[in-house]
Amino acid sequence: MSAVERSEEAKKRLRARNWALLAALLGFVIIVYIVSILRMGGH
Amino acid sequence: MSDTSLGIGTGAKVAGSDAGALDAGARVADYVALLKPRVMSLVVFSGFAGLMLAPGHIHPVLGAVAVLCIAVAAGAAGAINMWYDRDIDAVMRRTCARPIPTGKVKPEEAVAFGIVLSVCSVMLMGLALNWAAALLLAIANLFYVFVYTMWLKRRTPQNIVIGGAAGAFPPMIGWAAVTGDISLASAALFALIFMWTPPHFWALALFRRGDYEKAGVPMLPVVAGDRATKLQMLLYTAILLPLGLAPYALGISGVLYAAAASLLGLTFLGFAVWVWFDRTERAAKRMFGFSILYLFLMFAAMMLDRAPGLLPRLAGWVG
Repeated sequence: MSAVERSEEAKKRLRARNWALLAALLGFVIIVYIVSILRMGGH
Repeated sequence: MSDTSLGIGTGAKVAGSDAGALDAGARVADYVALLKPRVMSLVVFSGFAGLMLAPGHIHPVLGAVAVLCIAVAAGAAGAINMWYDRDIDAVMRRTCARPIPTGKVKPEEAVAFGIVLSVCSVMLMGLALNWAAALLLAIANLFYVFVYTMWLKRRTPQNIVIGGAAGAFPPMIGWAAVTGDISLASAALFALIFMWTPPHFWALALFRRGDYEKAGVPMLPVVAGDRATKLQMLLYTAILLPLGLAPYALGISGVLYAAAASLLGLTFLGFAVWVWFDRTERAAKRMFGFSILYLFLMFAAMMLDRAPGLLPRLAGWVG
């Protein structure tokens, strides 16, 4: 495997990690939002 | 990726193409593997059972959040465990392919990942459900990391007896998420998993003894030998048989569960007797597999028993 190929693989994995982190953070925000609405509604 | 190519326990250098793959950094799947997803599934199921069996009602979304918190916290504790045990994981055949020994995830990244997830899940449990459940979740995680992983695991053959308490918390946490407290009934669910843990892990240790010996982990078969371990397994499964009926005696579940618990308990005891007489590893392997099924079916039976009108409906579909 050449250095260029490795670099492409590294970029691909970094991009995947970034998307996963974004999804996790967005998911957390949405959960906190829904929980807040439910708790304020008396549940 | 083979163990040899990674040089795990062999002193071999990492091969060219594998080294390239490692240089590229971790995959998302490597972080998922840090959460021990297979272990997590039983934790989630028992936590969900505690939630379903508890008296009272919570909004289904909040129930789902509680289960998510239990799952993430358990995974986080697993990640911290992998960080601390990376030296012994590297020499054990069962664990040498984990993300840290293979170099896929850096140790400091794994421990940070575990701490962040653990804190977030406890906070979310407190904010979404109640602080009693959050406190139990925090205690379970701290117990697993500090008492089991760091203190007991490498020091005593009673490691999984005492440390097993950490894995017994999920149904109690699920219960507390609904009721906000600890009751005798939720303690019975805790006791069920607590007494199930030693024969489950000792069955594994019987056929993985070489691994534990190599890593210097004083599991009971390594320290006391097969005979003493098998005797302990018999005793624990014998105690588990009447203990399995405690949810029925305490009114958590009915006759269907009592019948299932008796049958499953007797089968589990039967496996322990088979292990006692078996001079090969075959019975221990089978008992280990059955032990997972045992716990799954016990909690499934409790929930089925409590589902209103479920049995007549099932009978109607079948008939």
